[in-house]
Amino acid sequence: MTEKVELWRWTESRWTNPNLDWKGKLITSGVDVGSVSSQAVILADGELYAYSNMRTGSDSPDSAMKAINWAMEDTGLKLGDITYTVGTGYGRVNVPFSQRAITEIACHARGGNFMYGPSVRTILDMGGQDCKAIHCDERGKVTNFLMNDKCAAGTGRGMEVFADLLGVSINDVGDLSLDIDEEPQPVSSTCVVYAKTEATGLLREGWPKNKVLAAYCSAMAHRIMTLLERIGIEEDFAITGGIAKNKGVVTRLEKEVGIPIMKTSEYDTQIAGALGAALFAKALVEKGKK
Amino acid sequence: MITMGIDLGAKNIKVVILKDNKIIGKSIVLAGFEVEKSAQQAVDKALKEAGITKDKIEKTVSTGAGDKLAPFYDETKSIVGCDSLGAVFLHPATRSVIDVGAEEGRGMRCDETGKIIDFEVNEKCAAGAGAFTEAMSRALEVKIEEIGPLSLKATEDIPMNAQCTVFAESEVVTMVHNKVSKANMAKAVHDAMASRITSMVRKIGFDKDVVLVGGVANNVGFVYSLNKDLELEVVVPKDPEFVGALGAALAAAGWKGGK
Amino acid sequence: MIANYGYKDGSGDYFIAIDTDKCNGCKDCVNACPYEVLAVGPDENDPLSDEEVAFVTESERKKIKYTCAPCKPKTNRPPLPCIAACKLNAISHSW
Repeated sequence: MTEKVELWRWTESRWTNPNLDWKGKLITSGVDVGSVSSQAVILADGELYAYSNMRTGSDSPDSAMKAINWAMEDTGLKLGDITYTVGTGYGRVNVPFSQRAITEIACHARGGNFMYGPSVRTILDMGGQDCKAIHCDERGKVTNFLMNDKCAAGTGRGMEVFADLLGVSINDVGDLSLDIDEEPQPVSSTCVVYAKTEATGLLREGWPKNKVLAAYCSAMAHRIMTLLERIGIEEDFAITGGIAKNKGVVTRLEKEVGIPIMKTSEYDTQIAGALGAALFAKALVEKGKK
Repeated sequence: MITMGIDLGAKNIKVVILKDNKIIGKSIVLAGFEVEKSAQQAVDKALKEAGITKDKIEKTVSTGAGDKLAPFYDETKSIVGCDSLGAVFLHPATRSVIDVGAEEGRGMRCDETGKIIDFEVNEKCAAGAGAFTEAMSRALEVKIEEIGPLSLKATEDIPMNAQCTVFAESEVVTMVHNKVSKANMAKAVHDAMASRITSMVRKIGFDKDVVLVGGVANNVGFVYSLNKDLELEVVVPKDPEFVGALGAALAAAGWKGGK
Repeated sequence: MIANYGYKDGSGDYFIAIDTDKCNGCKDCVNACPYEVLAVGPDENDPLSDEEVAFVTESERKKIKYTCAPCKPKTNRPPLPCIAACKLNAISHSW
């Protein structure tokens, strides 16, 4: 049986902070179990110590365990060393070793605030199966939010469907979509299934892959824009989640929004939720709650 | 009088030829990417079956998403108008019509002459149309003709969380992985779709008799779930996918209810 | 905060917004709604706060276009019961 090449597989990753030692510090963790990806973040006295980012399997508790174990790999940490864990994301109630579940909206605001600093006021998170627009204050507390998780248009799954259709690895979609002479008309932005049919037609007409990808990234940027406009965009503006890594969507969104999007190269943008959860875990320990 | 109705749907092109209110020819051809070419093919096929040449057609009405792409037509008419006209012709007690096509779902209320009183369309969302069952049969790895009968063998109800075709595909794949029975999943698929169509229809209300048309009406599993949700039995005419084209041909003949 | 509950799909945007800073958890809106769309409880998006506020129940969030439809006839639309009931102007609908 031939191995089917899975082009939609984005690169899984883990990281340990080389400049930090966890011994003797308050260890808290956050686990974000999404419908598409799962992340685990470990903090030592509130500083980022380690994280993992991987595909969610068919079993939430199992994915949560795999994520935390991978984050702890080669660090000498054991589950028992973690004082408090907060679960978040779609599978947040299924994190067996967690003490509390907190919504992804609250966690993304906190995590975004940590990653981008106290000046960030608008956070856009494009997850695997949802799209969230969040306003927060300088402490990372939510002041306004809107989430759409009913429709694949504007979500990671939508992008994966397209990468699969065009036979392009998802990691390359962004760059390829920018490798064009002229910006094409966007495809229908309202339904991935119909956009796919449209794209198949365009390919038949002789459109090169890059142009089709450009048309889709453009449609996605537009779709996200209409969602953002509903609560407004206040500077500074940052993006978290998987699609933040897609230059094709980000550059087009930046153009539509008209204000620069904050960049972070230090952290994997997908860990924002788990990071926020780990920060809440620390706050809850300090508040004396268990 | 000989008239022709052409329904250029999102997926299939249907043609009906009427002579003195009797169907003498019909055809259905996949629209594909070259719609005009396929439409011409459909027209030629129907003419052949009717045993007549094009010049014998006195009037043609076209309808559907691609109505202006028909090879020839005298008038266009809205698909909801054609659906209602066709439904009342086949079943005079019709007062509500539900049309579930490949890419659109529509609910209509009409009077005894087939004139539209109110309608609601669910467009641009694959989850309320045939595209949904197609995607699900692919995910379940069964043929589209088999998914209906398969769902009737279900032993229990499983709720489906996903509202979107793309998300539902992932959900189905996970359930297949967890060895959930395919019959039960097939039923879940139809229940989900029926509940969406019912919500849409409830928005304008419905009156007996309710007639179901469009390609998806051929799916016995969907009909079963829809009947449960509406709490009545919908009437499914023979060749439900041709009702739109039939209505168009009737409109061309100036039919206004009665016989 | 302003909590927007609902969704966007091919046919439009359907969101119910609740201003949790204004809301005092009095439940007038919950009692006014004929379809159990609303409830009052801890603010799930402000986990460090203990105050109870109104929200759209999880089971209704993706259906509000249809559940709320009977309160929104096409012509002669009366004021919505939930909005009319709230003395603090904390609730609004986007459609």
